[in-house]
Amino acid sequence: MSEAQLIQGNEACARGALAAGCNFYGGYPITPSSEIAEHMVRMLPDAGGVFVQMEDEIASLAAVIGASLAGSKAMTATSGPGFSLMQEHIGFAVMAEVPCVVVNVMRGGPSTGLPTSPSQGDVMQARWGTHGDHPAIVLAPSSVGEVFDLTVRAFNLAERFRTPVILLYDEVIGHTRESVQLPEKVEIVDRVRPDGDAADFLPKAADATGVPPLPAFGDGYRFHVTGLSHDERGFPTDDGHVAGALLDRIHTKVSDYEDEITAAETFMLDDAEVALFAYGIVGRSAREAVLRSRDAGIKAGLIRPTTLWPFPSQQVAAAAAQVDKVIVAEMNLGQMIGEVERATAGQAEVVGHMRADGEPITPSELVGVVSAGGGGGH
Amino acid sequence: MADVKTYLREWAMPHVLCPGCAHGIVMRGFLDAIDQLQIDQDKVAVVAGIGCSSRIVGYIDFCTLHGTHGRAPAFATGLKLARPDLHVMVITGDGDGLAIGGNHLIHAARRNIDMTVMLLNNSIYGMTGGQAAPTTPAGAVASTTPAGNTEPNFDACKLMIGAGASFVARVLAANPIEMSKVIADGVRHPGFSFIEIISDCPEYYGRYNKVGGGAEMLTWMARRDAGVAVPLSEKKFVEHVPSSPVPTGLTTGVLERDIRPVFTGVRKQEPQ
Ligand SMILES: Cc1ncc(C[n+]2csc(CCOP(=O)(O)OP(=O)(O)O)c2C)c(N)n1
Ligand code: SF4
Ligand SMILES: [Mg+2]
Repeated sequence: MSEAQLIQGNEACARGALAAGCNFYGGYPITPSSEIAEHMVRMLPDAGGVFVQMEDEIASLAAVIGASLAGSKAMTATSGPGFSLMQEHIGFAVMAEVPCVVVNVMRGGPSTGLPTSPSQGDVMQARWGTHGDHPAIVLAPSSVGEVFDLTVRAFNLAERFRTPVILLYDEVIGHTRESVQLPEKVEIVDRVRPDGDAADFLPKAADATGVPPLPAFGDGYRFHVTGLSHDERGFPTDDGHVAGALLDRIHTKVSDYEDEITAAETFMLDDAEVALFAYGIVGRSAREAVLRSRDAGIKAGLIRPTTLWPFPSQQVAAAAAQVDKVIVAEMNLGQMIGEVERATAGQAEVVGHMRADGEPITPSELVGVVSAGGGGGH
Repeated sequence: MADVKTYLREWAMPHVLCPGCAHGIVMRGFLDAIDQLQIDQDKVAVVAGIGCSSRIVGYIDFCTLHGTHGRAPAFATGLKLARPDLHVMVITGDGDGLAIGGNHLIHAARRNIDMTVMLLNNSIYGMTGGQAAPTTPAGAVASTTPAGNTEPNFDACKLMIGAGASFVARVLAANPIEMSKVIADGVRHPGFSFIEIISDCPEYYGRYNKVGGGAEMLTWMARRDAGVAVPLSEKKFVEHVPSSPVPTGLTTGVLERDIRPVFTGVRKQEPQ
């Protein structure tokens, strides 16, 4: 561990990216994510990387995908309006199986909304924003230190599964300064590259892992990359069997490893009668609310997922089995609550506490909700 | 002419282009240019958008990226910045490059990033069935301009010169030898090179405007050539006549060539 230092969430993101081996950043300025770019442009060159400010967010993710195909570990960062523009290329990266990391520092929406206020309004967009059926890996840190750790994890998952990974946090986490001790060394995963004869190379043929090896452009393997449905040669086809099998593999290469991907922290759940379900910044308020509720004699606990997608259904089901009630607190008008209801499957009552007015949900607000038996909000 | 089979993915044939479509001539001309350049086949990366023209990248044996509609210059930018040793080229259409992708094209030109963009202009959206493009001349018939186009059209080369492209040329698919030479010149040029290749779409443009099939369209195209390989000092453009369904003349040849600083991204500069 290095010495303790006081840094902002967005800086922790940039540092995490570098620690993970990121060597390409392409982005377009937008509040509240711009500090990530501003840190990257200062740090990347010395780390041997390249920075470019693109003409918009569509181009930013295109450049990131191009760089990744050239062998780089590449990232972009944005917020709501820019995240909307990136949806086209998130889908492309899924289909073409190009590892990359997209950070969305959430602000109030829809549209330009509340540019400098926090929100959790994009959690469903992160799951379903791009058209067509697709898997999604979405991580949600709650603190500056966790931003660092999950940025590293985002790169590792992207490389391992050859897919875009989205890191979602909100304006408060992005701009909060906290004292953190960053690890000096982190575990790094690199994409699998082919080692066979270039002449026999099938760019989209996968082994049992479901993830085909990916060479870099220029390294002697000449291959085709397309967003059209394609066969193992990477060549477009409209053969339904081939298209169906591709989509199947793109899903199962992630879903088969869900146990390894999903993660959730639990806090004081063992004897709890009521569980708060909260993620991101709300997860912190909820933790504090659990302590205060217990002081007031209410047996409260917390389940806080750090992967939103794939949804940690098993962890949520296990938590629900222990309690009478699950209170879902989120800074939107009710997005993850549907997933919680599905995972809970009637084992406990599920109620929501939502707000989407640009104000973070506070611990005392949640203490009130817990003591009142849940529900309400804006 | 070279034996271009070395550069073809024969296993991917037959290709999707209609019989008589000049995009095929362009594909051949491009491969001839690569052969003239004698560059390492493994170090060529060709990026395309979406359209009939963009489908060419499926059949040529390099590292090829068939991206999204209009965004090829942006994909190519990331590719080139990450791997400066690659020869990065873009194949785009007039709809792809000038409508949905206009923003990416002008910014790639402005940055003077070292890549070659070949824009195959057939004055129409071929792939989607013959709708009007930003290059469809005023008066011309397309499926979305049944009574004749009432919008003015872009001059791609003027646009690129205005955006700061350091090499700009226009060639005709009807003149493939000249086309290959100019493409090779563009690839040799250090910095952003833009080559507008006048192609055609007999299937839609030819049919709708009663210009005829593939052969007739090439003859018509050759006649449109104002035949001026203009010396740079006297560079001037032959204006389109707004009321005529087809442009009356096109200036071909190299229209701009200048050596300017090349953008390589924000990176640690190698000691000179
Ligand atoms: C975002 C998006 N919008 C629309 C389309 C549909 N589309 C596919 S090709 C094309 C036009 C291509 O025209 P051009 O670039 O001139 O190529 P051509 O087929 O004429 O060679 C359009 C509109 C698309 N694929 N993606
Ligand atoms: S539709 Fe037009 S542009 Fe497309 S292949 Fe056919 S003739 Fe060529
Ligand atoms: Mg066209």
